[in-house]
Amino acid sequence: MATRQTQSLARLMRAPAILLLLAWMIVPLAMTLYYSFLDYNLLNPGSAAWTGFFNYRFFYTDPAFFAAIGNTLILVLGVLAITVIGGIAIALLIDRPIMGQGIVRILIISPFFVMPPVAALIWKNMIMHPSYGVLADMARFFGVQPVDWFAQYPLLSIIIIVAWQWLPFATLILLTALQSLDSEQMEAAEMDGASAWAKFTHLILPHMARAITVVILIQTIFLLGVYAEILVTTNGGPGNASTNLTYLIYRAARLNFDIGGAAAGGIIAVVLANIVAIFLMRAVGKNLD
Amino acid sequence: MGSITLKQVRKTFGDVEVIPGVDLEINDGEFVVFVGPSGCGKSTLLRLIAGLEDVTSGQIVIDGQDMTDAAPAKRKLAMVFQSYALYPHMSVRKNIAFPLKMAGMDAAQQEAKVKHAAGILNLTDYLDRRPGQLSGGQRQRVAIGRAIVREPSAFLFDEPLSNLDAALRVNMRVEISELHKKLATTMIYVTHDQVEAMTMADKIVVLRAGLIEQVGSPLELYRNPANRFVAGFIGSPNMNFLEGETARAMGAHAIGVRPEHFDLSKTEGLVAGTVGVAEHLGSDTFLHVHLDGGTQVVVRAKGEFPVDHGDRIYLTPQDGRVYRFDEKGLAL
Repeated sequence: MATRQTQSLARLMRAPAILLLLAWMIVPLAMTLYYSFLDYNLLNPGSAAWTGFFNYRFFYTDPAFFAAIGNTLILVLGVLAITVIGGIAIALLIDRPIMGQGIVRILIISPFFVMPPVAALIWKNMIMHPSYGVLADMARFFGVQPVDWFAQYPLLSIIIIVAWQWLPFATLILLTALQSLDSEQMEAAEMDGASAWAKFTHLILPHMARAITVVILIQTIFLLGVYAEILVTTNGGPGNASTNLTYLIYRAARLNFDIGGAAAGGIIAVVLANIVAIFLMRAVGKNLD
Repeated sequence: MGSITLKQVRKTFGDVEVIPGVDLEINDGEFVVFVGPSGCGKSTLLRLIAGLEDVTSGQIVIDGQDMTDAAPAKRKLAMVFQSYALYPHMSVRKNIAFPLKMAGMDAAQQEAKVKHAAGILNLTDYLDRRPGQLSGGQRQRVAIGRAIVREPSAFLFDEPLSNLDAALRVNMRVEISELHKKLATTMIYVTHDQVEAMTMADKIVVLRAGLIEQVGSPLELYRNPANRFVAGFIGSPNMNFLEGETARAMGAHAIGVRPEHFDLSKTEGLVAGTVGVAEHLGSDTFLHVHLDGGTQVVVRAKGEFPVDHGDRIYLTPQDGRVYRFDEKGLAL
């Protein structure tokens, strides 16, 4: 068959899949966009009137809006810092041959398999609870006033929980990168008189740069949408102290039944996520070649 | 300065004894080649000298100092690895300067040394490239450059040419030999290729199963192999061994004759056979001869020798060129 026929046949054959994918993405986005211009409240579902940019103005002028953006950024950056630094440290540790290596690795990976609401509940009721959490027990053992984590440090608590969940992912990716480092390179560096720190900064870190980039990119995508952990622990409070953008949208939709406002928030979140993605790709994406 | 002495060096990995005890003397400025079949412990021996493996027992003395437990960097040795082990994210300049930087040398001095080394190795035009942008031979030279700038008392080469293609290997072999003449520094070179050993070495150390079979200059090993293993390993093509009646007539269990030490005749000789494959190279003719007893030998005739597959041929070993071995394979 001639090349042109082959090409048009191929286009025809793959069209259904592409159309399905397109519809899957376009329909929800278009509906969200449409709702964001409506005054559509579930408490008053009959009167869905066109309001133009009112929902956007309303969402944007909400005092919680900038707090939520700030919290989102702190949450993402905090978790990234902990998981990348901690992941490198743990990967370096468990890369060494130790007794029971298999068990240790499984234990370290396991938090990743715990579902977010479950993980958050465990942390809330068994670890960080001010009266019967493990941390409170430890504080009392040392004769210190136990910390009421979710009241005193709500955002930090959520950062800790989310970091605990994502640390295994970072560790896993970074460990595989570490294991692909050529051992002769390390030996050459040893012959060259490099100290352990010099080997780390000059060989190991540059070698892991690509894996670190992957960790940052993938985690950022998921961390922008953190929601379950907040829902089951602080409910975004006290005040707006632990409300991120996702949770703010949830609040608009499900607590205020304001579909239009929530849709506008969703569109804003999509735009912001894209801005972050562009910056990320420019900053760290060049490592990916 | 670069004299190295090994005293009863042993190495075991768990229950496996890789090197059961080696004594060796390497003099300053010598080009020593460790040669042997794969798995004979030659690389392990080199890594023991480098300090990348710890000796199980015994002593390693470098320039009169006991370095058995010293860290690799303290031994003043430089190593060129089989995979080159260049740092992929650094430019050639930074690769070569790396040991100097680690030694805390100031930038201007580093640059001067790198320039000097690059000049010796024809790398001046490539200093800003990454190792990934270089050919195999160039990477090899960068690895050597990284070794040169440290001004070590000895260079260690771990099968450095095995990743190169045949033509490049011959070139690099000459380059390394010339470098040795220029620097006059001790070099220890590990290879499984006896041609590299013969062409480059001042002193060849033949290893088998972690034991030194024989030490000597290339021609000493060629002329007076201590046993059948060395006799068969040194020389190309390999020595032919004849057992049975022919050997008993000479009072030995087996006799060895190198391919180049047969006199050929179409009419008479000590042993007779049929030509199998004849390789006519012009300068030489290699004949694979099936002897009547069933043994196959390779014979080298100088120049052109007009025989073909199936021709009858008679071989006579040259006087004084027959090596005799007893049952244990030791030379008589």
